[in-house]
Amino acid sequence: MSTDSKNLDEIVGRKYQHGFVTDIESDTVPPGLDEDVIRLISRKKSEPQFMLDWRLKAFQHWQTMREPNWANVRVAPIDYQGISYYSAPKNRQDGPKSLEDVDPKLLATYEKLGVPLHERARLAGVAVDAVFDSVSVATTFKDRLAKAGVIFCPFSDALRDHPALIERYIGSVVPYTDNFFATLNSAVFTDGSFVYVPKGVRSPMELSTYFRINAAKTGQFERTLIIADEGSYVSYLEGCTAPMRDENQLHAAVVELVAEADAQIKYSTVQNWYPGDELGRGGIYNFVTKRGDCRGNNSRISWTQVETGSAITWKYPSCVLRGDNSVGEFYSVALANHYQQADTGTKMIHIGRNTRSTIVSKGISAGHGQNTYRGLVKVLPSAVGARNYTQCDSLLMGDQSGAHTFPYMEIREPSAVVEHEATTSKIADDQLFYCRSRGLSEEDAVNLIVSGFCKAVFKELPMEFAVEAQNLLAVSLEGAVG
Amino acid sequence: MQSMLSIVDLHAQVATRKILKGLNLEVKAGEVHAIMGPNGSGKSTLAGVLAGRDGYEVTKGTVTYEGADLLALDPEERARAGVFLAFQYPVEIPGVNNAYLLKAGLNAMRKHRGQPEVDAFEFLGMVREQMQLMHMDESFLNRGVNEGFSGGEKKRNEILQMAILEPKLAILDETDSGLDIDALRVVANGVNSMRSPERAMVLVTHYQRLLDYIEPDYVHVLSDGQILRSGDKSLALELERRGYDWVRQEAQVA
Repeated sequence: MSTDSKNLDEIVGRKYQHGFVTDIESDTVPPGLDEDVIRLISRKKSEPQFMLDWRLKAFQHWQTMREPNWANVRVAPIDYQGISYYSAPKNRQDGPKSLEDVDPKLLATYEKLGVPLHERARLAGVAVDAVFDSVSVATTFKDRLAKAGVIFCPFSDALRDHPALIERYIGSVVPYTDNFFATLNSAVFTDGSFVYVPKGVRSPMELSTYFRINAAKTGQFERTLIIADEGSYVSYLEGCTAPMRDENQLHAAVVELVAEADAQIKYSTVQNWYPGDELGRGGIYNFVTKRGDCRGNNSRISWTQVETGSAITWKYPSCVLRGDNSVGEFYSVALANHYQQADTGTKMIHIGRNTRSTIVSKGISAGHGQNTYRGLVKVLPSAVGARNYTQCDSLLMGDQSGAHTFPYMEIREPSAVVEHEATTSKIADDQLFYCRSRGLSEEDAVNLIVSGFCKAVFKELPMEFAVEAQNLLAVSLEGAVG
Repeated sequence: MQSMLSIVDLHAQVATRKILKGLNLEVKAGEVHAIMGPNGSGKSTLAGVLAGRDGYEVTKGTVTYEGADLLALDPEERARAGVFLAFQYPVEIPGVNNAYLLKAGLNAMRKHRGQPEVDAFEFLGMVREQMQLMHMDESFLNRGVNEGFSGGEKKRNEILQMAILEPKLAILDETDSGLDIDALRVVANGVNSMRSPERAMVLVTHYQRLLDYIEPDYVHVLSDGQILRSGDKSLALELERRGYDWVRQEAQVA
């Protein structure tokens, strides 16, 4: 009847539910990285010359770089020569023309994950660009989007069909020199999603991508580029889950967003990669660079993320507020349970006049989890009238977890108004007792309290994602921790 | 008639401090009992022990509720069995919808009783009716649980919960504290409307004034962890006039 920490541990200690491996013959290059491997990747994907040149420049630069060590995480050494940098499902060579041509096992995997292809996708009104390992195997709703003029396709298809757009925009938000992991990605990225919304167009549906890491020892280096041209709007949803595995897997994705004048991009993530077991063995290393550029006046970029998975999360979705009156938003729920480590936050760079940014970060720590918020609000002298509001809350469960907050502010414009609020709380025994004395089980009580804590973020998610996110938290913390 | 609640020689402590020292109480269905006593006499400890709050250790004695050992049950099991505690200090739970908690609680209890869950429509009907009775604004439903509520609003919310959950045994811990006279009247009306032959109530209070509005069948004086004297409502009036020391002195003499 007591809420002692042992009991809490049991409740929190739920196993990962999506731990399965699909047995599909993979076309995988041997582990190791050199220029030949990069040439091979580029050739396999029949890329234009500029892409290969760019990759090689990135690789040369990467060789001069060192892994960053400033994050508040402990990482086992990564053997970059022990990773295979390319893996594609075999039947890609024949090129599946439709869902019927797709390997049934692959479809079964998507079934297990609840990816709505077939009729479900259409009913849900969601276009799915499913990334399996490194090559996209199925894309739906292209036609409907095409009618609106929206391009939504695998990155490699875009390189073939729209090379000029890629050449113009790739690296324009996250240059290949940006940071160790982004540079590595620039050299070896295999696939991802490409979105272009033309001037004045409102995307007729939410765009959604499900990522999945499958083949053993295969790092995933996704690259996503979303361009919202003047006056357009797009909402993009990204959801992830991965099979159970013993060895750590590296994931170093790059996402670039460009919002031209009066355009709006809403980017939502639910991340549920394998977090490792109760003792902290295994799990994904999730080192992601996400950045949006509010390039035009009155543009707006919103990042919403629910991060429950991965052994280590290192991720700072950021906004460069270049255009006057542009708006950047970051809403985040990050959960660290067992031995998970999360070092996440955002950067808001105010350059244009009257730029505004909002940061709402909710960190939940349970078990031995360590959760760090790291954020930068930078206001340059040009950003007259800039405003920022930051709210940063941490919720601790049990007595072994940790919450850390590192807010940085660099304000070089005297007219700027910057606000920061931070709280750290424990799920109070009083709150649990109150709910239980109204008939709720301890588990339901914790769920309720945690979802209340996260409410300000969940309401930013598209409806179907909000439900999924809430379920995910419940599974990840089961009861005591929502 | 058999007692609904039977407390025999109850000893309880917080850490090493002994607070209840041999408390006896019999409560039958349909009865309203007032437990009065000075600060530190053990009133809130009694309420906490009955509801199953952490941090109290029962070292001796028994509490039998409807023939079963109440102390063996988890707090939620007690609630589902019909025991309700109206808190002295209802806790705030930010972001958790007030109506949502109440509906979740109600459905947990209905499930326990083998009844179908209420849907949102049915639930709203029930709540609206009770809220009118409690003079509560409908905005209460969508606010966070007790979040930013005034003292009076929190207490009304407790009584609203009681009215919806329909307990068999209601324990009201200092429900009158922090209420102005209008709020006290509303809360008392709510409680009175709940009186029934099947329901028992235990009012824990420091002051007599609550009993002007809710007339108890029995009044007990708790002092230093024991019930020193029991009587009818006239005892409360005597306490008001003469204070608690008088009971203590008489008990010592006896």
